[in-house]
This record gives sequence, C-alpha cells and structure tokens, in this order.
Amino acid sequence: MKRVITVTVINQSGVLNRVTGLLMKRQFNIESITVGHTEQQGVSKMTFIVNVEDEAKIEQLVKQLSKQIDVIKVNDITDKSIVMRELALIKVVAPPNLRAEINSIVDPFRGSIIDMGKNVVTYQIVGNPEKIDAFIELIRPYGIKELTRTGVTAFVRDAQLKPSPQLSILQ
Amino acid sequence: MNAQVPLKKQQPATDQEVDHECKASKTGAEIFVESLQNQGVEIIFGYPGGAVLPLYDALYRNPVKHILARHEQGAIHAAEGYARVSGKTGVVIATSGPGATNLVTGITDAMMDSLPLVVFTGQVATTVVGTDAFQEADIVGITQPITKHNYQVKNVQDLPRIIKEAFHIASTGRKGPVVVDIPKNIANAIFDSNAVEEATINLPGYQPTLHPNYLQIKKAVSLLSEAKQPLLLVGAGVLAADASKELTEFVEKYNFPVVNTLLGLGSIDGNHELFLGMAGMHGTFTANMAINNCDVLLNIGSRFDDRLTGNLKKFAPNAKVIHIDIDPAEIGKNVPTEIPIVADAKEALLALLEQTFEVQDLTLWHEYLHECQEEYPLWYDDDGDGTIYPQYAVETIHRLTNGEATIVTDVGQHQMWTAQYYPFKKDHHWVTSGGLGTMGFGFPAAIGAQFAHPDEKVIAIVGDAGFQMTMQELALLKEFKLPVKIFILNNSCLGMVRQWQETFYEERYSSSLVPVQPDFVKLADSYGIKGYKVEKVDDMEAVFKEAIESDEPVLVDCRVKELTLVNPMVAPGKGLSEMIGVKKG
Repeated sequence: MKRVITVTVINQSGVLNRVTGLLMKRQFNIESITVGHTEQQGVSKMTFIVNVEDEAKIEQLVKQLSKQIDVIKVNDITDKSIVMRELALIKVVAPPNLRAEINSIVDPFRGSIIDMGKNVVTYQIVGNPEKIDAFIELIRPYGIKELTRTGVTAFVRDAQLKPSPQLSILQ
Repeated sequence: MNAQVPLKKQQPATDQEVDHECKASKTGAEIFVESLQNQGVEIIFGYPGGAVLPLYDALYRNPVKHILARHEQGAIHAAEGYARVSGKTGVVIATSGPGATNLVTGITDAMMDSLPLVVFTGQVATTVVGTDAFQEADIVGITQPITKHNYQVKNVQDLPRIIKEAFHIASTGRKGPVVVDIPKNIANAIFDSNAVEEATINLPGYQPTLHPNYLQIKKAVSLLSEAKQPLLLVGAGVLAADASKELTEFVEKYNFPVVNTLLGLGSIDGNHELFLGMAGMHGTFTANMAINNCDVLLNIGSRFDDRLTGNLKKFAPNAKVIHIDIDPAEIGKNVPTEIPIVADAKEALLALLEQTFEVQDLTLWHEYLHECQEEYPLWYDDDGDGTIYPQYAVETIHRLTNGEATIVTDVGQHQMWTAQYYPFKKDHHWVTSGGLGTMGFGFPAAIGAQFAHPDEKVIAIVGDAGFQMTMQELALLKEFKLPVKIFILNNSCLGMVRQWQETFYEERYSSSLVPVQPDFVKLADSYGIKGYKVEKVDDMEAVFKEAIESDEPVLVDCRVKELTLVNPMVAPGKGLSEMIGVKKG
C-alpha cells in the first residue's frame, strides 16, 4: 500500500542523505520525494510516497525516521484529510493543425502552456498524482517527447473530516 | 602567551583581561581539549596521523591521558571495553582516511551493542574536502548508517557545541557511537570567543523518553497479576540503566523467573534461584522452554535479536508480550507486543516496584522449570583422556576468581562457553561483542576494561583465531603495566565455523582449520610478558592459579580438546523448543 509521509527536519547538509539512507538500509521503496523550506528558518519538510506491505512496516518506518537526530517530526498523513499536489512538465508533439484539439484537452485540467516551438508545446499541469496520470494518458496518443514530474508535496487540511487511526503504541 | 605579555607591559592589565586575551586566541585544537576536560574525559584511545597533528599537539600539553594503541581497531575496541564496564563514554581519536576507516568495525560494533562512544576523526582541510586529497575518506558518509549521529565541523565556532552535543547524544537515551569529523584547518583555526562553557546543546529532534507512561505500567501490572506462567527476559538495557538492584528486588518480590540475553548477563546474580540462564541459540534448555511456555513475557531492555528468538513464528507462542525499551523503534520490530512501554529500564522498574499487586500461584510453573533444570542441565562430554575440555577451563577460571572477575571474551565457541559456564556475581563485569559478533574484539576490549577497573582482575578469554586479529595490542600490557590475564582457549581452528561445518555441511572443514600458529608463549615473551602453555588437564589448575594470582600481565596458551561443540543449540530456522544436543549421548 502507498503511504504519504511528511518529515520535518533541521535543514543541515546531509540530512536528505540521512533520511534516504535510512530508508535504503531498512529496505523501504521510495516512490517519490520532495524537499523544500518551510515557514520556519532552518527547517525543511520532506514529503515521501512509500510503498509498504503492512501496518507494522509503516510503524517501523515512522519510528526509525523519528529516531534520527535531525528529524523533528514524522507524520503518516495518508489517512487524514489532506491536500496533495504535484507538478508535471510535458512536452507534446503539437503541430499547428492539432493544437486547438490538444488545447481542448488541456483546458479542463487547467494546464498552461509554458513553452512553444514549431511543432512542440510544453504544458504544465498541477494537481494530485491521479489527475496528472489521467492527463498523461489522454495526451499520450499525440506523442510525448519529454516528461518530468516533481513528486508529491502534501499538507494536512485545516478541518479534519475523518478521524485518523492511531499507531498501536497509543492504543 | 609570551608574545602578549610584553605588549601588556606598558599598560598593566588586570589578571582577568590577560586571561581573556589568552582564551580569545585559542585554536580549534585547544578548544577540543578544553571541551574534553569539560566533559570529564579521563582517557582517550587513539592513533595519530597527519590530519590530527594539531589535535595531538594540543593533547601533548595536557593532562588528559592518551593511550596509543597499535592499530585503530584496537583503540576503538579498548574504548568499547572501557565504556561497557565503566558506564562512561569511551573516547577515540584517529586520523583521516585509513585511520578513520579502520574504526568502522568498532563503530558498528558499538552501534549494535548500544555503547556510548565519541569518535573524533581527522579530516583533510575544508578547502580540499571533496577533491580526493591525500588520506581523504568521506567518513561522515561512511559512518552515517552505523552511528547514532555524526558531524563534520565546518566552522571552528561550532566546535564546542558539537562536542557537547556529541557527548550528550552518545550517553543518553539508547546509547551509541557519535562521530565528530574535524578538518585539519578547523583544528588550526582561531576560536574568537571564550564561550566554550557557554556552548549550548540545540537538539530539537532529540528528546529520549525516560519515564514510563503510568497507564501502560498499570496495564502491565494487570497482565502480570493474571499470569500463571510469567517470565522476565532481561537484556543489556537493564545494565545500561544501572538497574540490576531494582531488577533483583522486583523479581524477588513476586518470585518471577528470569532469563538473560547474552549481553544481559550479570544483571542478576548468575546463581540466583530465580535465574534460569541465558536464552537463545546456545542458551540453556530451561531458559528456552521457559520462553516457549510462558503466558506473559516481560522483556526489559532486550531487542529480540534473532540469535535470541530463533524462528520468530515459533517464538513464545503462548505469550502476551510486555516490552520495556528506551528505543520505541525496538518495540514491535520483531515480536508483536501487547503492552509497549517506552522508558529507561530503571525508571520502569521503579514504577513497577511502586505498584503492589497480587500474583497467581506460581508453584506449578516453578516446579516445571525446576524439573527442566534437573533433567536437562548444561552438559559436556569429558572422556577423561587427559586433554582439557574448554568448558572445564572456563569453570576453573570461574572457581579461581570466585565469579567476581571482569570477564571479556572474543567471539565464537569460547564466548558461548563463557556465557554458559561463568555465572556472574556482579553487573558490569561482562564484556563481549553481541550484535555484531566482532572477532578481534576481546583482547583490546579487555585492555579498556582494565583501565576502567584498575584494581580488579580482568580476564580475557579468547580463541586462538580471534586473538590473532588484534594481538598487536600486547604491547600495551607492558607499557601501561596492565595486569590483564589472557586465556587463549586454543583448539587450532575457527571453532564456531568448524562446528557449523560439522553440523550443517557434512564435516567439510573449508578454511576453518588453522594448522600454523605462532608460539604464543614466545610471542608474549617478546613483548616482555609472562607466558604459559598448558596441554594436560592435570597441569591446568596450577598454571591457571599462578596466572590469576599474578599481579602482572599473563598469557596462557591453553590447548583444549579440538573437536568440541557448543551445546545445546537451536539450529538456524528452528524454534526455541527444538533444541538439539540437550543431553549427553
């Protein structure tokens, strides 16, 4: 199962290496990872998507990450009400005669054109990963020349609708 | 200082101002030494080299005792031995590149066995870091997965804080090794303040939980009071927390039987009637059957290592598990746990002792365990052929030292025999490499243990193979007049490897027999150390007695029966109830 983990860390050199090294040592598979500064100076936040087999594994992952000295906080936010965003840049073969047609696909996804050549157009799409997957599938028949995705970054929503299951240590 | 005094002559300054001036002109290396003194460091084990010359120059003018090992691995194992018996943080220093990489085994060993170490490594100057400079190795990268934390000092102003944090991290919570990498130009740089003492620890991500949750303690108590077949499994966490007294009081109060892990030995008197012995792969039959049959298993400070549990699917099948550990990540890692308690072992035991509760009638349970002990005691074959059985050699050492010596072992068969046949009277008298199983650990660790316990008998029980991995440290015994007694249980083979080959590989002794050995007595003699060789069981007692009673370092090359096995045994992949070799014949 896929889990969304956010890790708040002290922004020191090597901290990304520490976290990914730990995941490698403990045999976790990272699907995506994003890192960036937060509102607090000297503090960064990482968002991971990891693929794990069961609850026990994810509990172990959270505990091992929490043990790192440079890690301030670890949250498994998968079961919470969250906002998740990813950005993709997609270079599509779009000769002038097809451009209007392609744009009609892009519009509902609220994508934007950020670069244009004679026969290719680069689109930017922002949304949750499923939305981006869907867009890619629709645009693929036209010919994707190049594709890059940032990986997911996520936030817990202010108002929580569903309660989150607690880790076994608290039960 | 001299250079400044004439300047001050014209305008006489107060003492304080002069003092301030001196402090202000300190180098990183001087700050390093001052920080060590602030931490109360009495002894450092190390080996100098190019990148640490400034640090060694600062040590030269300083009372902190430095012990020059003959190999960096010897230095770090000595620091581990020192840390294990003293409870203090062991300090190691080595140069960059090969000096630092030679420490990797010891750092990993300390990590696995939760020993507090602060390891200082030299590094090439920050201006050339990353250019593959002479003797450069990315030791921070290399040691990242094998340390509790590590640092590279990039600015001399950070040095006092980093050293303070390193000692704090190493010695609190679940203890472990911390590496501090100091580039040469940082050691030479001028520290432009006098605020070494004012340096404050800033670790927002590190707050170990020491006090147990009251509700969890209540739950544990209710489970224990319902248990008909309760059992305590006690690991090194109890020793790290210095909680042997509380443990003994707790089990005596409720008459709970106790088993130990390898590293937990000594946490309760080895001859205590409630003590069933070591559990696990080479544990006693009774200890393993106790785990197999208990209905409540209270684990204090053990991490359910695979050598203890055997096949996890068959581990303690009837037990509800209460796990007390200072490291939350150990709870539920290997064995599903009913009641997790994150706490320091001493705090948890004190909390348990505060509660007074009724327990079930445990008579039947004790009777069963007693029957197991009567029926399946530890045993070994002794066909009376005049050769020395290694188990008998350990028993003799035990008798001659009254169970009170500090015992240090290497890794292998002799280690298991010592664990089985040397019941410890006291805590903090047992040093061995458990988690990593590092051959070559024993002898240098004994040197460190002797530095920590200068007035006690320190005995290194080692194998002939492991001893040869680090025997260069013999020089230290003479140099520092360390009366370590080395007993080589010499079976001319890599005993444990050979045992597995005999048992699981149809006696194909691939590279495990060692036909050529040095003359250990002559070797000792060449270092100015008294050596004995003993081959006959009839001569053993007298030689052992003379060796142990001596005030000098002694080496005894004890030729033991070669093809002996450590029994009993849980074969790999098997459960604890499926032991082999439980009875003679």
